[in-house]
Amino acid sequence: MLEKDKLYIIWVYLQAEPLFWLTLTIGCYLIGDFLYKKSKLFPLVNPVAISIFLISIILVFLDISYERYFDGAQFIHFMLGPATVALAIPIYKQFELVKKESTSIFFSLIFGSVFAIISTFILCRLFQIDNEVIFSMLPKSATAPIAMGISEIIGGIPSLTAIITVLTGIMGATFGTFALDFLKLKDMTARGFGIGLASHGIGTARAMSRNETAGVFSALALGLNGIATSILVPLLFKVLTLF
Amino acid sequence: MLRAIFIIFIFQLTGEAIKKFFEINIPGPVIGLILLLLTLIYLRRFKKGKVKDLKEDITNTGNYILSYLSLLFVPIGVGVVMHLAFLEKNLINVIFIIFLSTILTIGFTAYVMEKLNKRLDARKR
Repeated sequence: MLEKDKLYIIWVYLQAEPLFWLTLTIGCYLIGDFLYKKSKLFPLVNPVAISIFLISIILVFLDISYERYFDGAQFIHFMLGPATVALAIPIYKQFELVKKESTSIFFSLIFGSVFAIISTFILCRLFQIDNEVIFSMLPKSATAPIAMGISEIIGGIPSLTAIITVLTGIMGATFGTFALDFLKLKDMTARGFGIGLASHGIGTARAMSRNETAGVFSALALGLNGIATSILVPLLFKVLTLF
Repeated sequence: MLRAIFIIFIFQLTGEAIKKFFEINIPGPVIGLILLLLTLIYLRRFKKGKVKDLKEDITNTGNYILSYLSLLFVPIGVGVVMHLAFLEKNLINVIFIIFLSTILTIGFTAYVMEKLNKRLDARKR
């Protein structure tokens, strides 16, 4: 009995510390990454999705609030900013290729960005989604901080946009490859660009683990579409709300 | 490595400052990305010496951080799962719409780009 009390005291002490949640996050990610590599990088075995799933189950099971968990996990979250800056490095490395393809990059960006916004709007109307939710969904292909800013401008709910944006990233990373294979697209620049444009950072992480060129074009599309979306959504929004 | 991290942080800080100063909607890190890219292109002519060493340091450190890019999305992703109830009655429909429009966008964009690449390459020849 005494032993059990002691264990409980240790648990209460540890779960209040950021270290515990930091360790749990890295541990679950290592499991996800191990399975991803074991599956020979099969897209459905996405390491991000697996670790999110594992951690969420643990938090629900232990009845821990997200805020408590984030206390520890924020140290990992913090590195997202510097990592975004670091995306300049692979783009620089392939700069000659980027320069050579600059015309098709420009047009694919405009077509892709408009397609992402309009396809979302049409599907939402078909499913009779509430306006507030639609506005929160329109910028979903941009990286989360950009998408949240746009959502606020057009009358969406920024925190809902954050949820939708991350789900978009996971969908792109998990199922994007199948769409590309189905269309028999072989050009790695095009495959990477499509993934990065539609599913931002999470898609880019997946592209980088598969192929260097695809990773670079995905990172490029992530940056460019962040900018394109913040210009196009407020513009298209005025036209779309007429329907 | 520490020098490289310092420089990457400086670029992000500069990005954040520019964002605030011009009140633009683009996140600080994305502005930092653009600035770092421009700087690397500018420094291209340094083929040896201290600048080249520093560039190599930044490249290695940056690539190391990027090899764990997936991990960095986990904390925010857990928040998404914990807050899914937010979507209430719309949940299934919204997830389906996200799924469909995302894979359609990926396919469409990549298709356009592959066709454009082929056409432009043919014209150059």
